[in-house]
Amino acid sequence: MILMDNFNNLEYSSALESSSEAQAWLAEQNTHFGHFINGSWLHNETADIMPVTNPANTEQLATIELADASVVDAAVAAAQKALPAWQALGGMGRAKVLYALARSLQKHTRLFAVLETLDNGKPIRESRDADVPLAVRHFYHHAGWAKIQAEEFADYQPVGVVGQIIPWNFPLLMLAWKIAPALAMGNTLVIKPAEQTPLTAMLFAHLCVQAGVPAGVVNIINGAGQAGALLAAHEGVNKVAFTGSTPVGKAIRQATAGQGKKLSLELGGKSAFIVFEDADLDAAVEGIVDAIWFNQGEVCCAGSRLLVQASVEQRLIAKLKERMQNLSYGNPLDKSVDIGALVSQEQYQRVDSMVTSGLETGGELYQTCEANISANYYPPSLITDVETSHPLVQEEIFGPVLVAISFRTQSEAVSLANNSRFGLACSIWSENINRALDVAPKIKSGVVWINTHNQFDAACGFGGVKESGFGREGGREGLYEYLKPAGLKAQKPLSKIKERSARSLSDNIDHTLKFYIGGKQVRPDSGHSQPVYSAKGEVVDWVGSGNRKDIRNAVSAAVKASAWSGSAGHTRAQILYFMAENLALRESEFITKLQTMTGHSAKQAKAEFTASIERLFTYAAWADKYDGNVHNVPYRGVTMALPEAKGILAIVTPEQSPLVSSISLIAAALAMGNRIVLVANERFANLILDLVQVLETSDMPAGVVNIVTGSRQDLATQLAGHAEVDGIWCWADAETIKQVEYTSAENLKTTWCHDDNDRDWLSDKQGEGKEFLRQAIEVKNIWTPYGD
Amino acid sequence: MSQQVSGAKVVPLHDKQTLARNPGMEFDADCFANLQVNRSATERRALSYGSRRSIKREQQAAWLLKAITLIDLTTLAGDDTAARVRRLCAKAKNPLSQNLRQQLGLKDIPISTAAVCVYHDMIKPAAQSLTGTGIHLAAVSTGFPAGLSPLPLRLKEIDYAVADGANEIDIVISRRHVLEGNWRALYDEVKAMREACGEAHIKTILATGELGTLTNIAKASMVCMMAGADFIKTSTGKETTNATLPVSLTMVRAIREYLAMTDYKVGFKPAGGVADTKTALLYMTMMKEELGLRWLQPDLFRFGASSLLGDIERQLDHFASGYYSAAYRHSMG
Repeated sequence: MILMDNFNNLEYSSALESSSEAQAWLAEQNTHFGHFINGSWLHNETADIMPVTNPANTEQLATIELADASVVDAAVAAAQKALPAWQALGGMGRAKVLYALARSLQKHTRLFAVLETLDNGKPIRESRDADVPLAVRHFYHHAGWAKIQAEEFADYQPVGVVGQIIPWNFPLLMLAWKIAPALAMGNTLVIKPAEQTPLTAMLFAHLCVQAGVPAGVVNIINGAGQAGALLAAHEGVNKVAFTGSTPVGKAIRQATAGQGKKLSLELGGKSAFIVFEDADLDAAVEGIVDAIWFNQGEVCCAGSRLLVQASVEQRLIAKLKERMQNLSYGNPLDKSVDIGALVSQEQYQRVDSMVTSGLETGGELYQTCEANISANYYPPSLITDVETSHPLVQEEIFGPVLVAISFRTQSEAVSLANNSRFGLACSIWSENINRALDVAPKIKSGVVWINTHNQFDAACGFGGVKESGFGREGGREGLYEYLKPAGLKAQKPLSKIKERSARSLSDNIDHTLKFYIGGKQVRPDSGHSQPVYSAKGEVVDWVGSGNRKDIRNAVSAAVKASAWSGSAGHTRAQILYFMAENLALRESEFITKLQTMTGHSAKQAKAEFTASIERLFTYAAWADKYDGNVHNVPYRGVTMALPEAKGILAIVTPEQSPLVSSISLIAAALAMGNRIVLVANERFANLILDLVQVLETSDMPAGVVNIVTGSRQDLATQLAGHAEVDGIWCWADAETIKQVEYTSAENLKTTWCHDDNDRDWLSDKQGEGKEFLRQAIEVKNIWTPYGD
Repeated sequence: MSQQVSGAKVVPLHDKQTLARNPGMEFDADCFANLQVNRSATERRALSYGSRRSIKREQQAAWLLKAITLIDLTTLAGDDTAARVRRLCAKAKNPLSQNLRQQLGLKDIPISTAAVCVYHDMIKPAAQSLTGTGIHLAAVSTGFPAGLSPLPLRLKEIDYAVADGANEIDIVISRRHVLEGNWRALYDEVKAMREACGEAHIKTILATGELGTLTNIAKASMVCMMAGADFIKTSTGKETTNATLPVSLTMVRAIREYLAMTDYKVGFKPAGGVADTKTALLYMTMMKEELGLRWLQPDLFRFGASSLLGDIERQLDHFASGYYSAAYRHSMG
């Protein structure tokens, strides 16, 4: 008797969500999709076609046309055309559209969830409870930002046309993360979903029509990597936002180098899940389930590296292995399933071969169920007995595979967590608030979760550092990715100097200007010097010709000065004030030098000098006032958006207003706790090196500011490629900027590049302010749920 | 060791396996001193059972029949009388109507609740009604619900209850020992009560709503098990907050910890707050997920409930007939 069999076995039900409505919708579309451009569907009979399959049964769901250059052109043109009217609509008008999008999404949550699961293979439970509600929330939240944009971002303007490329792991959610902030801030866009998972984006296109999104504001094109590359490199695109793999992110960085585009990259990760001995181990085990077996581990911020304190390692691993026996996997449409299908056969093979070849290096594999290759079910896996050098510990697997290593002390845990090219996320498991809040700032990542993992919200920024990319999505910090400062007035380039004889201008005692590295004045490695000319073309000084070894030494010195980044804002302010004091003592010397070098009048030179002193005061003021935020996230806890120093900043100074521009950049970077390697503009290198004596007398710790002179392009490129440099600010010519942006792909440092003459540095509005501070920091979001 | 006491026969649908009774262990503060429970993470897990696991249709009917056999059908009211208790016992013996039994195809398969749970003065009428049924008789004891009467009186109360025919004693712990961190005193007290119970099984009520933190609840659970508890139970039903899933998960994890440490299985009883089938299924899912199928037998899991049975009947009626039933169509307990 069935009832009594069930009575004894107490099995769960297989609760299959019906896919009939989703299938019916696909059938209505003739299971074929072109591109959504300018509010209608574009089809091309001769286009290349690609099938879209359900990874859980490899059945074909639909076909898509692949965009070629003409399609990308048409989409970008539509976005350009729609831009003025969309911006003219104003905050309220855009808020209404975003609100309508949120409402429309909410009216069709089931259809979106089922379609997502069919297309991607993720469990319906997750698409229903995570992907879709988070996407809805994103549109609501950003409808609000549109409404208050004019007040909150008064000094900014929209970027323009945005090109967005999203991955296959959270197709609808990533679309929401991209589209909502872009639209809210008054941009129009072209978005390309992943070719594996375009279906919810196609449904979203229909929603745009329903919700009254004006034609051309949202354009959705289908295609694979080639279409993405065309979109990213398109001259009509003002900003590129990409989420995907690190290699593709690097390629996009290179392809867009020198194009003057804004860029945000949300890339791979190998995030640490750190369990201390004072953690609630049962809670940590469930945290691991959330961290690595959510979405089959196909999550960029998956907690894929378990770091466990040696004293609890055995107990935790035993508990984890027991828990793994209860993980169920199978048909993703079954509501009782924990783990569904990997997105494609290709992805399955990738994970499988990585694990297989990785295990040849050693390590013990623990799995509790069998793989099912035909349905792309890869079993949840735990790998123990591996060392940090093991490929499976180093490389991103992007599947349900966890590696575990142990640590002895807190500081070792921090070192292990940071021993990665990536820096996306981290979770810290400890019941000791002193420990958790001590460790959180020490982890190099954009997100830190305390006693939880894989939590997201529209009000909170998400994004990484190092090779996990740059830029944030969500929260106030995410909106700046779709804005640019308003009111910059480009200046007339300086006229060229007619260089005359190498005659010394001065009758004074010979003055040797050396580099400033590690708190010492040092001579150039090359032993070469180069002349610096006055405005009249006379040789005023000789400065060193720096090379890569000088850069290496300067960066090494900056690395050693790490204490500066942890110092209090108050301390940094004191030093900036002291700099102002000491600079003021040299007023006549600098004014004279400025006149000589720039050919400016005494009045002009005095104005620049005064502005320089004021800049030091400005940033001394900000040093202890540029606070973070506490985000309003719907949970019981505090999410702190903490501004942290980028670390080591390379600064390449502009030609315009050489003293005040250099002081502005140095002071802003220092105020936020960065250490600096500065490449002085060649034309005014002597002026910048004159600052060394000011620095030396201002209690500046050794290595915090390092100055090298020489060929700007060469030195800037060296710095752009140096993996220990976290960011580069570069004012230069187009060629140097292109070089810098291209080379920065090496470690994906952040770049902030400008034309030499992009602004009036004497204007407070253009030459100082929060934009500089924002560029000097990374926002780290620390999630701290509480309750006892 | 069987739960059978003085002539009562084993409830037919109870698990046939014999369960080695937890003998307790020496007091050892090291076993629990470092326990820390994270509330947010516990709540997050507790919220997930309903969305991660599905129990529908024929599975649900089977789970609900099972749920009936896990109920300590309870009346703990100041106006309880012998007649009221006899009515309750009759319901415990025959929880489902003949009609519904037929529709479900149960034929002569007996379904009864696991036990009846009453105040001390109601033990005798209940024992009379339950003679020969195999349904266990549980009595709340030791100055229930506050547990603030003199210890010798509380121990004596257990003696009386056992003598009057109770084979399960639901004692209340002294909350003050937990709140004052006096774990040794808690251990000694529960151990003395366990000894007083003799062959009767002891369920220790933690009154979790009065213990302040989940960490206290975890520690109190460990101490009670060390002192020889057969069951740990959440609540008296009289606290402002009774059984909740996060509290229950905390206790269930303590049971798992104790099992790993001693190899002895201890039972769990949520009480108060489990009034409908949906909640009951969440609890059963939690037991299966956290401890396994073995903990869905009456010797290791009970619901302390009075109105749950009515809701189960209505759900089963719906399963059998396809339409929702009304309370008046099912006999009162």
